[in-house]
Parts: sequence; structure tokens; C-alpha cells
Amino acid sequence: MARKTIRTIPQERAVMSVQDPEVRSKNFDEVSHGFDLENAMLECERCLMCPEPACIAGCPVSIDIPGFIAKMLEKDHRGAYDLLTDSTQLPAVCGRVCPQEDQCEGVCAVGVGTDLEPVAIGRLERFLGDMAIEKGWQKTSHIVANRFRVAIVGSGPAGMACAADLAKAGCSVTIYEALHAPGGVLRYGIPEFRLPNTVVDAEIANLKALGVEFQCNILVGRLFTIEQMLDDMGFDAVFIGVGAGTPHFMDIPGENLNGVLSANELLTRCNLMHAGEFPKYDTPLGLGRRVAVIGSGNTAMDAMRVSLRLGAEEVHCVYRRSEVECPARREELHHAQEEGVTFHWLTNPVELLGDADNNVRSIRCIQMELGEPDASGRRRPVPVAGSEFDFDADTVVYAIGTSPNPILGQTSHIGLNKWGYIDTDDSLATSLAGVYAGGDIVTGAATVIQAMGAGRKAADSIRRYLGIRSSGVVY
Amino acid sequence: GDAVACFPIVSRTDFSETTFLLEIHHPMMAKAAKPGQFVIVMVNEHGERVPLTIADFDRVKGTITLVVQAVGKSSREMQDACQVGGSIFAIVGPMGIPSEVSNAKKVICVGGGLGVAPIFPQARAFKEAGAYVIGVVGFRSANLMFWEEKFKSVCDEFVVCTDDGSAGIHGLVTQGIEQAIIAHGDINEVVAIGPPIMMRACAETTRPHKIKTMVSLNPIMVDGTGMCGGCRVRVADRIKFACVDGPDFDGHAVDFDDLLSRLHRYKPEEKQAMERYSDSCRRLS
Ligand SMILES: Cc1cc2nc3c(=O)[nH]c(=O)nc-3n(C[C@H](O)[C@H](O)[C@H](O)COP(=O)(O)OP(=O)(O)OC[C@H]3O[C@@H](n4cnc5c(N)ncnc54)[C@H](O)[C@@H]3O)c2cc1C
Ligand SMILES: Cc1cc2nc3c(=O)[nH]c(=O)nc-3n(C[C@H](O)[C@H](O)[C@H](O)COP(=O)(O)OP(=O)(O)OC[C@H]3O[C@@H](n4cnc5c(N)ncnc54)[C@H](O)[C@@H]3O)c2cc1C
Ligand code: SF4
Ligand code: SF4
Ligand code: FES
Repeated sequence: MARKTIRTIPQERAVMSVQDPEVRSKNFDEVSHGFDLENAMLECERCLMCPEPACIAGCPVSIDIPGFIAKMLEKDHRGAYDLLTDSTQLPAVCGRVCPQEDQCEGVCAVGVGTDLEPVAIGRLERFLGDMAIEKGWQKTSHIVANRFRVAIVGSGPAGMACAADLAKAGCSVTIYEALHAPGGVLRYGIPEFRLPNTVVDAEIANLKALGVEFQCNILVGRLFTIEQMLDDMGFDAVFIGVGAGTPHFMDIPGENLNGVLSANELLTRCNLMHAGEFPKYDTPLGLGRRVAVIGSGNTAMDAMRVSLRLGAEEVHCVYRRSEVECPARREELHHAQEEGVTFHWLTNPVELLGDADNNVRSIRCIQMELGEPDASGRRRPVPVAGSEFDFDADTVVYAIGTSPNPILGQTSHIGLNKWGYIDTDDSLATSLAGVYAGGDIVTGAATVIQAMGAGRKAADSIRRYLGIRSSGVVY
Repeated sequence: GDAVACFPIVSRTDFSETTFLLEIHHPMMAKAAKPGQFVIVMVNEHGERVPLTIADFDRVKGTITLVVQAVGKSSREMQDACQVGGSIFAIVGPMGIPSEVSNAKKVICVGGGLGVAPIFPQARAFKEAGAYVIGVVGFRSANLMFWEEKFKSVCDEFVVCTDDGSAGIHGLVTQGIEQAIIAHGDINEVVAIGPPIMMRACAETTRPHKIKTMVSLNPIMVDGTGMCGGCRVRVADRIKFACVDGPDFDGHAVDFDDLLSRLHRYKPEEKQAMERYSDSCRRLS
């Protein structure tokens, strides 16, 4: 077969159907339906099978992308899935939520220096992940049990990935989760219309099939400490993947008015506690009619789009930089725009104004302009003097970042860096012997795939620490 | 198996029409709990996450004790649903920073309303640390009183205040505090737990005397792990998250107006939930 070239491949991306914006902004069903078989195969045709694939280097867990696409082209979907899951524990999740434009797809040869769209790698992964869930494919390897017991703190993507690898290596693995349901941000943060709970449940079921035990309602640090896990509870090693979920506020006047809340609170009430179904579920949300969300990352997008679906009449996004710097996945930004969110770029709130009952009523903003580049390399927004203006909002949501949760630092002697994140070396070992950490609690807020990659890396280090020879492991 | 997945209720005592005690089997929690900490309870899968102070713990029996005042839908439902032999869907804790049992020589431990039970482990801890403990508790009326003997066993002095004068001092707990301050003159610390209005009154009573006064704040919470920020309170003009930075704070630095206003956040929804719940109970009976 002749080598494919940019000119011989299908120029347009294969079609993936999405719900109409008018309709979907009123329901929680998934926005995009995913490829059907025919379109998945068409999209596979677009891969050039590069001899030195840039996409692999662009993926934080180095998935053999042309490899799995080649298997798909041979109609060996099972083989493609097995190859995929050599590198990722959560293909149905990452295919949906990875910021592909910054990772694999951002460097794909089809898209670089052309006006073509790159190969839709994420969508192909999602296709395989969904097919595996539908067909009940399991990659339960032949596990040779050893005598080691490992505890995982936190059931987000970092913890789940670490647990999977260690279970496959023969360890007895227990995941401790503070909330009453496992999954971390995948459960309480990312909403149903982007990542259905059925997908998260399927991934958890996979872990259980590997023998991983989940214990929810356990606040590690307070119910028992990290040190106790090693000294009294008989664990040989511990992995910490507790995320970095403590939301920031801005410390401007009016922040404690009623109707002002963090995106985490809004999303937790809605996704974990089902506030959208109040009063069938007991947790209320109390969403107003005009919602303003401060910030424009993925968390902000989710908060805005959840608000629309819960019946807000107007949803505004207030962001101090411009659209170019917007940190959300491009797809989420476009979806939010299509669904009717109003964006106020280069705008920063300076004060929240309330009514006589202490409910937020409006938000006072100042116009910004871009100045010199700052430490992040992005141009620093500076306020334009005298440009203040007010607009009405009866719910104001903060989505301006998070900092590390203080509980483990309060309750153990684990080494933290000056920002409060857990300090690790290159192998993800912490200052406590036998204790490893990864994901957002080490790096600060990052991505699902990066957290997963960290979990796997830590699993590898733990295997070495425990002296488990990887040659004995059959994946 | 899931060792901590089921939380059986081993005993229950009803103190009054609205106040009841639940003793729950949770050996790990009984071992870890310290005075001032709280748990979050979900009665069932549809339930809210309700924060409740650990009013007592028994490390030998492996139980923790909660004392609940039925004030709205969730606490009413607990009152109806939580019976001995049954179990609770979810309970997580102990949460929050334990109360600092300082080396104060003489302390007043004040409990009012739903704060009477949780002040008990504090009084006991101070007693065990060698302090002279004055207990001051407030009830609306004598027939609502509970744990008198328990308090007397850990307090050097025990003062009851009732709104209607049917027992002890006729008046508020602040009068009990006032009297103790006058009688002693060397009080090092006051610890107060109860409704925000009561705690504010206690803090105002001790402020002129410059006596350190710790209060236990009860804002609306969701996760209790520092992740949502719903429990934020203003202390010394800074934002604090009561679930991880508290729940104990310096009463003289707390912005109680802020706390009170934020506690009203869900009034309409609470009313709606309560009416719906009462309706469905009526239909069932
Ligand atoms: C709303 C939102 C949208 C996002 N969207 C995207 C996206 O589209 N794409 C993307 O790649 N990334 C996205 N992210 C980022 C991504 O979700 C995170 O980077 C990732 O989940 C981090 O994984 P983690 O395992 O480190 O922690 P988490 O997912 O935060 O999980 C940590 C878990 O540990 C538990 N825990 C905490 N403390 C304790 C304790 N003391 N004891 C026991 N358990 C504890 C927590 O309850 C939680 O369940 C988003 C994040 C948010 C908040
Ligand atoms: C740290 C802490 C310790 C507490 N300890 C106890 C205790 O030992 N015994 C006890 O009876 N109560 C305690 N509370 C208060 C208890 O959580 C609330 O009374 C309960 O959540 C009310 O729920 P409801 O549905 O019955 O009433 P609702 O109708 O929802 O509310 C009645 C009132 O309770 C308050 N409230 C509502 N939801 C919450 C919430 N999630 N957290 C706090 N307050 C809320 C509001 O001010 C509201 O006006 C504590 C609260 C906190 C934060
Ligand atoms: S895991 Fe994410 S970055 Fe890696 S190939 Fe898949 S979609 Fe791309
Ligand atoms: S860079 Fe793009 S075209 Fe090349 S192998 Fe990867 S997916 Fe295929
Ligand atoms: S209850 Fe959510 S941060 Fe305190």
C-alpha cells in the first residue's frame, strides 16, 4: 500500500453528531454522541501513520496512537482497545475530557501547518472506550497475588490509575475516599452532559473486577493518619491522590453575600447531591435567574452550562484576560458560546453589591487591557482607570482556581512545598518512606490524563520500592 | 468486604419532642474522635449531608453519640427514620480541628440549645486536663433538661438557666456567665456552643472582661472537606472555611452578622422541603 499523504487522506473530519444547542442547553444528556462505527473507520483513514509520530510525544501517557488506529483499520477493535489500555486506564474518560488541542491532536501531522483539522484522536479513543463498556470487555490480566497491601487516598483519576496498576501487579489495594461516592472530580465536578456517570461507574467496576476495594466515607488524616496506615494498619505503601480542591475567592467586598458561591459548591450540589432534582433530593441549590461566573477555565464552563440547564435565563462569563488566553478546552468554550453564554472578556469584578436581605444583586466590574507578559508568559491584564460598570446578577460563581486541601498537612508530617502542595522527588516519593503522591495535590490543578499518568508513575515506583519484579506481571 | 460501609444505630434516647440522641457503632471513629469535632451524616441516598457535632464517644464500646435537634426536613427525617437496629446511609468524620484544650486553670463551658450536648466532651476534657470547670447550660424549660448527672460528674460547679425560670437561674446563659465571672474573677477561658445568637451574646458578655472566648461555628456545609467553600465565615475580617479551619474560632473576632445572614440562605427551600415532608407524613399516617 502506498504511503498516505496529506493530499490522499479524507480532508474533512468524519462526522460526529451533537445535540442541537437549543435542545441540549435544557437537558443533561450528553452533548456529543460519539462516532458511530462507520465514521470512526472513516476518521481512522485520516491518520498518516507517521514513522515518527508527534502525537505520541504529545500525549502525557504516550499512547501508541498510530498503533491502535492501525488495529482499528484491521477491524481488530479488541486489539486496538488492548493496546490503548496498555497506556490509559480510562479511555472512555480521557477521550471525552482531555484538552486534545494542547496534547496529542495539537501536534498531529495532519493539522500542523495545514488548514486541516488533526486526526480526531480523542473521539477515536472514546469510541473504543465506549465499545469496551458496551461489550463488557475486561482486561483482567492473570494476576499473581503477592503479600503486599497498598492504600490509596482519594478516588480521582490519579488514585484509580495507581490502584489499577498495583492490583495488576498482585498487591491487595484499598482506595479510601472522603465523599460517599467514588470518582473525584469525575464524579462531583465534571457534569453528566460531558461525562456521564455511567462511564465513571464502568471504570470503577473495572477496578473492582481487578480486586480493588473501595471504602467511601473515610476522611484520611482525621479518621486515621498516613503514619497510622503504615505503622498500625499494616499497609506496605500509601499513594496520596487527594486533588487540590480548595476554591479561591478574591477577597473583594460583598463576597459573603448570599448567592455567591464557588463553582465547586455549585457543581457538587448539582452533580454529587442532585440539587437539580430538589425536592426529590434534599440538597437545594437556590440558583438565581441571572448567573455571573468569574473565570473561564473548564470549571467555569461547567458551572455556566450547568446553570443554563437548571433554568438560568442569562449566564455571563467574566474573565480578566481575552478569549485567546481562555484556558478551557476549545470545544467547551465553543459549546458554551453556542448554548448562549454571554462572554465579557477583559473584565474583572471589583465589588459585589447586595440588597437589604444580603442577597447579591449586581456585580461591579472594571475593564482590563493587556499589558506586558507576566510570569506565565501571557500578557498581564491591567485595569483601565475609570472604566467601572455594573450589571445585574443574582448568583455569582467563583471559578478562579484552587489551592491544596490542608487536611493531610494538618495531620501528618509529610513535607509540603511553600504553596502547600505535597513535595515529591522525580519518582513521586514524598518525605515519608513508603508514601507516594501524584495528581493535582502535587502539581496543582492540571488534567485528568496528567493525574492518571502520575498515578501510574507512582505505581511503578511503589512496585520498585516493594521489590515487586515487573517481569512477573502479565498485563 | 466493605468494613465501614454500614453504620448501625445501637441506642436512642428522646430528650424531648424535638431533641434526641443517637449512639452509632463506628469503632474507628470512636477511637479517633476528639472534643470539638463533628461528623457529616446522610440519612439515605437522597439525603442532604448534615453536619452534627460528636457529642460523646466511647472508645471501649466503639460508639459515637450524636444529639440532634429536629429543626427542618433532614433532622425531622432523622428523628422519624433513625431507630435502634437500623443504620445510617453515610457518616464521615471526625471532621474539623479538635478543640484546643488549653492549660487554662479555670474555665466556663457554656451550652445552649443544640450546644448542650457537644459542650459535654469539652467540659470533660478540661476536667481531665486539671482545670476547674464551671458548666453553664441553658434550656427553655426544666422538662427539656438532659444529662444533668453527666455534667455534674465533670464540673466543679454546674449552673442551669431556663427561659421560664422552671429550674436554676431564670434567664439566659449569659446571666450564668456573668455570675460566674463575678464570683471568681480569675476565669481564663470561656467555651460556648449553641445557636449563633447565643454564642454572640456570650462573646459580648466576656469582651469587656477580656476573657478568651472560643465558639464553635455551624454554617451550612456540603462536603466538610474544604472543597466547596460553602461553610466560609468571616473571622478577623478574613475568610475561613469552618470545616477545615474550624469549627472553633475566637468568638471576639467572629463576624456573627455574616454567619446569621448566611444561615438564611436556603430559607425558601427549607420551608418547601419541610412542607412537602409533613404532607407526605400526613398522607402515610
Ligand atoms: C469542574 C472541573 C472540570 C474539569 N474539566 C476537565 C477537563 O475537561 N479535562 C481535564 O483533563 N481535566 C479537567 N479538570 C481537571 C481534572 O479533573 C483534575 O486535574 C483531576 O481530576 C485531578 O485528579 P486527582 O486524582 O489528582 O484528584 P481529584 O479528581 O480531585 O480526586 C481527589 C479525591 O480525593 C478525595 N479526598 C480528598 N481529601 C481526602 C482525604 N483526606 N481522605 C480521603 N479522600 C480524600 C476527594 O474527595 C476526591 O474524590 C476539571 C476539573 C474540574 C474541577
Ligand atoms: C459543625 C456543625 C455542627 C453541628 N452540630 C449539630 C448538633 O450537634 N446537633 C444539631 O441538632 N445540629 C447541629 N448542627 C446544625 C445542623 O447541621 C442543622 O440543624 C441541620 O443541617 C438542619 O437541617 P434540616 O434539614 O433539618 O433543617 P433545614 O430546614 O435545612 O434548616 C434549618 C436551619 O438549620 C440551618 N442549616 C441548614 N442546613 C444546614 C447545614 N448543612 N449545616 C448547618 N446548618 C444548616 C439553617 O440555619 C436553617 O435555617 C451543626 C452544624 C454544623 C455546621
Ligand atoms: S489520553 Fe488524551 S492526550 Fe493522550 S492520546 Fe488520548 S486524548 Fe490524546
Ligand atoms: S501525528 Fe497524526 S497523522 Fe501522525 S500518526 Fe499521529 S495521529 Fe496519525
Ligand atoms: S463544607 Fe465545603 S468547604 Fe467546608
